[in-house]
Amino acid sequence: MENLSVFASRLVSKKEYFTPGHRACQGCAEALAVRLVAKALGNNVVVASATGCMEIVSSPLPFTNWGVPWIHVAFENAAAVATGAESGFKALIRKGKLEDKGTVFLGMGGDGGTSDIGLQALSGALERGHNFLYVCYDNEAYMNTGIQRSSSTPFGASTTTSPAGKVKAGQVTWKKNMAEIAVAHNIPYVATACPSYPIDLIHKVQKAARIKGPAYVHVLSVCPTGWRIPTSIAVSIGRLAVETGVFPLYEVENGKYKITVDVGELRPVEEYLKPQGRFRHLTPELIEEIQKRVTKEYEKLKAKTKL
Amino acid sequence: MGKRVGIETSIAAAEAVKMANVDVVAAYPITPQTHIVEHLSEFVADGVLDAEFVPVESEHSAMSVCCGSSAVGARTFTCTSSQGLALMNEIVFIASALRLPIVMILANRSLSSPLSIWNDHTDVMSVRDVGWIQLFTENAQEVFDHVFFAFRVAEDPKVSFPVMVNVDGFILTHVIEPVEFWDQEQVDRYLPEFKPVHRLHPDNPTTMGAFAMPGLFAETKKAQDEALKSTMPVILKAWKEMGEMVGRHYHPVEGYQTEGAETLILTMGSMGETASIAVDRLRAQGKPVGQLKIRLWRPFPFKEFREAAKGAKHIIVLDRAISYSGPGGPVASEIRAALYGEKDMPIVTNFIAGLAGRDVTPGDFINMYDQTIDMAKGNVRQEDYIFYGVRE
Repeated sequence: MENLSVFASRLVSKKEYFTPGHRACQGCAEALAVRLVAKALGNNVVVASATGCMEIVSSPLPFTNWGVPWIHVAFENAAAVATGAESGFKALIRKGKLEDKGTVFLGMGGDGGTSDIGLQALSGALERGHNFLYVCYDNEAYMNTGIQRSSSTPFGASTTTSPAGKVKAGQVTWKKNMAEIAVAHNIPYVATACPSYPIDLIHKVQKAARIKGPAYVHVLSVCPTGWRIPTSIAVSIGRLAVETGVFPLYEVENGKYKITVDVGELRPVEEYLKPQGRFRHLTPELIEEIQKRVTKEYEKLKAKTKL
Repeated sequence: MGKRVGIETSIAAAEAVKMANVDVVAAYPITPQTHIVEHLSEFVADGVLDAEFVPVESEHSAMSVCCGSSAVGARTFTCTSSQGLALMNEIVFIASALRLPIVMILANRSLSSPLSIWNDHTDVMSVRDVGWIQLFTENAQEVFDHVFFAFRVAEDPKVSFPVMVNVDGFILTHVIEPVEFWDQEQVDRYLPEFKPVHRLHPDNPTTMGAFAMPGLFAETKKAQDEALKSTMPVILKAWKEMGEMVGRHYHPVEGYQTEGAETLILTMGSMGETASIAVDRLRAQGKPVGQLKIRLWRPFPFKEFREAAKGAKHIIVLDRAISYSGPGGPVASEIRAALYGEKDMPIVTNFIAGLAGRDVTPGDFINMYDQTIDMAKGNVRQEDYIFYGVRE
């Protein structure tokens, strides 16, 4: 991230393309992320959204919160729909039926629509090399249907289908690393972002849109409802995710890794876990296990930046 | 008039899609649809078709890509079969509700299990209620003609619905038949450039695919139903103009030897020609037999069908799909429903035959006729449906 000495919000457009009045929960950092992505991309974009929170809160017939062309088809196919739109434009422009204005094509979905049910369509779209951008808004569970676990739910988190019980301490599997799966497709640009770092997020989305070919941005989107935290701390929890190394902010441009927000010495993961109701049941031993895993993964990432 | 050539039906279909100057083709290979997509990708590779060929990773994505490309105003084609249609089923419903004029050839094939690559109508009958315009073809010429027809009807601003052209797998897709090509000039005259009613474009942002609360959902669905029903005049006009241009006249329900026919054999798709041979043989024996072919399956041509069925005492319906433990095969059920309450309602006898590539010969149709007459005499109990020619 650039080292800025001016008040950051002045650097951001006041224009809203994901408008106020949507029906997201109070304190929803996913809505904040969508708003920032929309700002970053401006009005020359076609958006294909997966079914999920952001689709439901923004498109109740006969209303819409979208100031840009937007389509929702189904849950698992946002990447396919976005690449269909891109292919249509490409053909029509080549045949002289549409003017080429450099329109950006955005596919977006939650962690369920991306890392579970939509993974195949996304993989196909990334592999085919379309000139499009996919943004995953990861709130680490199926929040729209009532906080069920996904493959993106972190180890130890209690959800309605991975509840903390007498013999099980919530989610028993480790979070699927979607950014690395995207990297494995050898696409030109992959990044992680978080709306708690808005300028970093905006820069990454704009870079992803500029780069020719497929780009993938994975956005950690704090969900106060599902994570069981006060709505007032959604942004600071996002910062803690980054500062503890649980969710490092980095980008991979043409295979080259770079940590974009260097937080220096990592804070203990306990500081991130403690305020969240979904981790309330964790024993010191389990927290220690998570700490070890986070440290190891962070070291692995740092090693990649030196390659 | 264009050249007349012997050509495989699938290649003829691909040629027609090329002549329709399609913008985007998204498809996933499945037997027996493969020859169509293979030829289309060849055209693109050779630069004779200026289109995006999107080689998707599944049929679900094929229909999803089609939704995206059609929504931005690109002329869009796909084709699939059987399991592929089942996999894309979810999106097939959405394509029609979003009023996206996608054209799809369905190479009709059975559905697993047991796995079978052979032809029947199980796949199409599973999508009866998806809200597409659906029609059946009998030979390569009809397939070729109906590619243009499908795009023209689908993209008409008064229609704006996807159109499904059913082509029997192998029996039709893989046979070489004479096809009279259209001149490119005729195609261009018949099929104007696609001008979408709405398109996703930054110049005029629209929202497509909203969700509806119970207070509005039923209204959107009634509107969709009425819109589909009201496509009939456009469909009829498109056939009329095609007839004037190329001399082949198509209708929602077509009859053969119906004059004075007491018994009508009703078919859909390629078995129509086999049944016609049976009708000729029975007529030669002096039997008052005729034939009806349903070309337009959706919107169902009630008026035309009732008119065509008038005066018949028996209708033998050939079903090539099963409605397990239901009131009959899917076609027979609809035919009975369409006749219900009509004056002098004919008796409908329903044979389920030709499943998964099992041959149905003219002799079989004659047998079905004999059985029907036997049942009418009261010698055999009339069943809701009869599996024909199945080993016990």
